[in-house]
Amino acid sequence: MTTLTPVLSRNWDRPDSFTLAAYRETGGYQALRKALTMEPDAIVELVKSSGLRGRGGAGFPTGMKWGFLPKDNPNPRYLVVNADESEPGTCKDIPLLLANPHALVEGIAIASYAIRSNTAFVYVRGEVLHVIRRLRHAVAEAYEAGLLGRDVLGSGFDLDVVVHAGAGAYICGEETALLDSLEGYRGQPRLKPPFPAVAGLYASPTVVNNVESIASVPSIVANGAEWFTSMGTEKSAGFGFFSLSGHVTRPGQYEAPLGVTLRELLDMAGGIRAGHELKFWTPGGSSTPIFTADHLDTPLDFESVGAAGSMLGTRALQIFDETTCVVRAVGRWISFYAHESCGKCTPCREGNYWMVQVLERLEDGRGTEADLDRLLDICDNLLGRSFCALGDGATSPVTSSIKYFRQEYLDHLEHGGCPFDHAKSTVWGGGR
Amino acid sequence: MSVFSDETTRARLEVDAKEIIARYPRERSALLPLLHLVQAEEGYVSADGIAFCAEQLGITTAEVTAVATFYTMYKRRPTGEYHVGVCTNTLCAVMGGDEIFAALKEHLGIGNDETTEDGKVSLEHVECNAACDFAPVVMVNWEFFDNQTPDSAKSLVDDLRLGRDVKPTRGPDRLCTWKQASRVLAGFSDGLATQGAQAGAPSLAGLDVARRNGWTAPDPARPAAERADDVEGDAK
Repeated sequence: MTTLTPVLSRNWDRPDSFTLAAYRETGGYQALRKALTMEPDAIVELVKSSGLRGRGGAGFPTGMKWGFLPKDNPNPRYLVVNADESEPGTCKDIPLLLANPHALVEGIAIASYAIRSNTAFVYVRGEVLHVIRRLRHAVAEAYEAGLLGRDVLGSGFDLDVVVHAGAGAYICGEETALLDSLEGYRGQPRLKPPFPAVAGLYASPTVVNNVESIASVPSIVANGAEWFTSMGTEKSAGFGFFSLSGHVTRPGQYEAPLGVTLRELLDMAGGIRAGHELKFWTPGGSSTPIFTADHLDTPLDFESVGAAGSMLGTRALQIFDETTCVVRAVGRWISFYAHESCGKCTPCREGNYWMVQVLERLEDGRGTEADLDRLLDICDNLLGRSFCALGDGATSPVTSSIKYFRQEYLDHLEHGGCPFDHAKSTVWGGGR
Repeated sequence: MSVFSDETTRARLEVDAKEIIARYPRERSALLPLLHLVQAEEGYVSADGIAFCAEQLGITTAEVTAVATFYTMYKRRPTGEYHVGVCTNTLCAVMGGDEIFAALKEHLGIGNDETTEDGKVSLEHVECNAACDFAPVVMVNWEFFDNQTPDSAKSLVDDLRLGRDVKPTRGPDRLCTWKQASRVLAGFSDGLATQGAQAGAPSLAGLDVARRNGWTAPDPARPAAERADDVEGDAK
């Protein structure tokens, strides 16, 4: 049986958990002191050997990303933290920043020292006002305590941290779109290569990491790589947040070793809401192909989820019971992708626009069976052909839902509309 | 006359703009916070606000407009004192967000992206706001109002229109106005960071389970082999 491993969330039940004083009482900033006595490259090696993989969805090894910065580039280096959490279902970084912003600030200080950066940015989505206040407050406290700014803790290392609020654009979670946005432009993705490590912010060497990735670094520095790899699986080391939402008895954040299963998590969360059963779920946000009850025992690590036909993504487990219409769910997700497509590339801009039309008529019972092939054809022209992962991700709910629930699409045609009573899916309608 | 042509206002905003620009290694990076700043003055991004940003950065109004129209948080028309955003992305919609949005439209007599005649409330459906474990979610001036129902949302907007104090679920003790919120987004502190809860109940759900069961992350002070025994022991 897998047990929970609260690390980043372990102090969240203190009412003052977001303050510097409280963070210090639970061991905060000791890792930074230790890091500042180490060679920067030794920290990069430590993070490499911990096997920490990016917690923002793609799962790229964090230490390797740091190691890609060219040694001979004379430009300043930048650390940019991606706090633009917007993937539907994903809700881990925002509560982390609300309750424990110093974990990120300490991680930023260590990571910046390791990659020899003197300026770090946190790009936080704009639609979370109190989180932005808390983060800015933590940064101000850290400056005042000599943990940021000139000569951090007397080490001779200087670091400035800028908290930058976004303005509402899902695409800015894509790292190169984020950089364009941070430079003051429309947030549209850049062609890669060059990768940000070579030409990122202001065409300088840049590391872009997710909030949870950076916030995990202090624990690795404090406790060692072996401690980290004692959790999780061989290729998916460590712990992470598993965010349960939807038709589950106790939705919320469950910090567990990678490789935990949905069955185990549901046991801890009180199961599917009373009187109902699991129908489908996303393992890592709306851009990851849906799973069904057949995948309850799939270990939620990068490899196992991939082998089962989906992606671990952000571990955003959106859970839907039998009252939920999968056609409605997918249609709504595609409306989201159509709305958030930046318009730069044709497959994504047009493909999502047309998929919205087709899904609407299917949901209303005005479609035909050929529309399912049409959707799959559009997906063929999107997946691998769009400029960035937004377009790829949009195909996930469509192709996976047709794979597992083809008959449900056809039922809409036979029924002349949606056969589900949507009221039964609601929080207040479920009991009736 | 535009607020930006009033000398006192303009002088004050130019000081703010300089402070914003100074945060960045390159001036142009200040454009998003500058747009939040002009929105904080007028409640939306007007042509005059765009011109102000362009002047501060030495770029054209066309360049600023291209950016201002890309991001959904910048409003092109006057916005109410309270911007009410109902999440209707899939998870929240299924859990009741669609019913909440329909109820508010009917109750307020306005459609999506419209404002009540008294200028108090603007209504909009919004995308996923990273609070799915609190679904269905309503945001007012980008503060969290968690676990809403059609009835709670209706009484929320009634309170807003009547000028009653309203407290976000996870946020400061009192809701600020749309313009004040925009100023915080531009990077100016309102001193409210330490108010309100550190976490909502769902944020603590896993920690509660761990505490009840005595589960923790491995103790780094103990040798790895010993720790491995523990894990096996648990499995039995």
